[in-house]
Amino acid sequence: MGFRVLKGGMLTTVQDLGRSGYQSQGFNVGGVMDVRSFRIANLLLDNPENEAVLECTLIGPVLEFTAAQIIAITGGDFRPELNDEPIPMYTAIYVKKGDVLKVGSARTGRSCYLAFSNYIKVPVVMGSRSTNLRCGIGGFKGRKLEDGDFLDSRINRRIYLPYFLSRTLDIRDYEKSSVTIRVIMGPQENYFSRRGIENFLSEEYTVSSQFDRMGLRLEGPFIETKKGSDIISDGIALGAVQVPSHGKPIILLSDRQTTGGYAKIATVASVDLPLLAQRRMDDRIRFRKISVTEAQRLLREEEQKLQFMRDRIHRPCREVLECRLAAKRLEKLFRELQL
Amino acid sequence: MNNIRVTAEGDSSLLVEFEQKISPEVNRRIAAVVKLIRQQQIEGIVDMIPTYCSLLISYNPLVISYREIHERISSIARMDTKVESVRKRIFEIPVLYGGEGGPDLPAIASHAGLSEEEVIAIHSGRDYLIYMLGFLPGFTYLGGLDERIHTPRLPNPRVRIPAGSVGIGGSQTGIYPVDSPGGWQLMGITPVRTYDPGRERPILVEAGDYIRFRPVSAPEYEEIRGAVSEGSYQLTVREGD
Repeated sequence: MGFRVLKGGMLTTVQDLGRSGYQSQGFNVGGVMDVRSFRIANLLLDNPENEAVLECTLIGPVLEFTAAQIIAITGGDFRPELNDEPIPMYTAIYVKKGDVLKVGSARTGRSCYLAFSNYIKVPVVMGSRSTNLRCGIGGFKGRKLEDGDFLDSRINRRIYLPYFLSRTLDIRDYEKSSVTIRVIMGPQENYFSRRGIENFLSEEYTVSSQFDRMGLRLEGPFIETKKGSDIISDGIALGAVQVPSHGKPIILLSDRQTTGGYAKIATVASVDLPLLAQRRMDDRIRFRKISVTEAQRLLREEEQKLQFMRDRIHRPCREVLECRLAAKRLEKLFRELQL
Repeated sequence: MNNIRVTAEGDSSLLVEFEQKISPEVNRRIAAVVKLIRQQQIEGIVDMIPTYCSLLISYNPLVISYREIHERISSIARMDTKVESVRKRIFEIPVLYGGEGGPDLPAIASHAGLSEEEVIAIHSGRDYLIYMLGFLPGFTYLGGLDERIHTPRLPNPRVRIPAGSVGIGGSQTGIYPVDSPGGWQLMGITPVRTYDPGRERPILVEAGDYIRFRPVSAPEYEEIRGAVSEGSYQLTVREGD
């Protein structure tokens, strides 16, 4: 059993890591915007790495559970409430039948991720449960959630997770409104003038209102090309920074089109994509150049960090350990008193 | 094959640029390279996007490093493969030209200084190479539109173009696979679904295939449309040289 959608929120969709392998046919990959928060949400519940979650954008949904289960919310701080009482983010939370979860709205960041111990029941379409809004496929009926929807679960797990009290992490990834995003230059860096590249790497850019799952437009100093930005259309990688002739960068994200005809000055390092995806309007961004090797090293480090988190939530927490110690002392005392 | 550039597009994609021009030879060469890469089953490759004259390969850097994949792909891309002269697959697309489904046919004809019949004859008189798919699922970038019927895009794009619409945008022609906004001049409509998510193969064509438009009458259009919605319509695929 799953949950009823009392309020759909602004843009709440079922997402996983996306639909790879079909880009040559024009299908965009889609998938969560903030992979880091997505993975942590599933990790807190011992879910499989790629289990589908709800991605909530700016204004989250209100849900009523139709059966007990365990949930976790990660990402931007939405100040969620369960039955009108605040609940912590980045924490495994037990919910009962009839409980009402108000996900809330983004105080920091832009999206949050809601994972369920009772996996969401939506069909796998071309290898993924992600909602592809443009094609109207995947996810829940190929669309965002609306008031009155009911999402069933496809598995009812035991309502028990070991080390339950340990399943909380102190993470505040998206508090800052001014950030540095690391990029790998190219592949069409040679289309830009020296001054253009200099501006891109030394000036500050501002997040505009044109920001959706497809991409993000920035405002800021003109990025000059040598002789125009038109290329013969080629493939677009996640995080590619396109600069059309208007000289303002457009960064392409999860729902990007597969191909495009503007030169790409740089590509955002994967490890910084979550930070980028969690920007808000008027936030400020600076770009810093790193090498591919460095970016790949950072990715391996990110894997290690996630492994640390996994280890951490699989250990008894301090309270439990102290409790055991107290119990041992009491036991000893009782034995001494021969009670 | 020396004019090949292999470069990073971020930390999880590799871009292979061939001679930067739109030509069937370069495009065929890319198709051959894609095939070779598939045959080698390189672990860590997640997806490939072949385009006019480039190939974007996305990979998992935790499985294969940039240096490793750069080396392997470079050597494959530079292999002196004989571009096989495979027989071409030609998909026949029935089109009802003009009328409601092709509101811009008169404009295309007057821009070209030709009659509508001549425009239809020219448009349906040759096979078009599918250089690539992109933009929308199943959207084909076709090459080889006769210069006489090149037509500029509409100054004001339409908000909604129905799926199946056949149009011209500048020097390109193509079919809209799904309802979408767009600025191409519409000359007709096909009852065939080039993209159908409910089908085992949602998209029938691949880069490297050809498309031939066949003019049909209104009754024949209705007949095919009926067969398509029943799921009994078989697309005609011919082989040619």
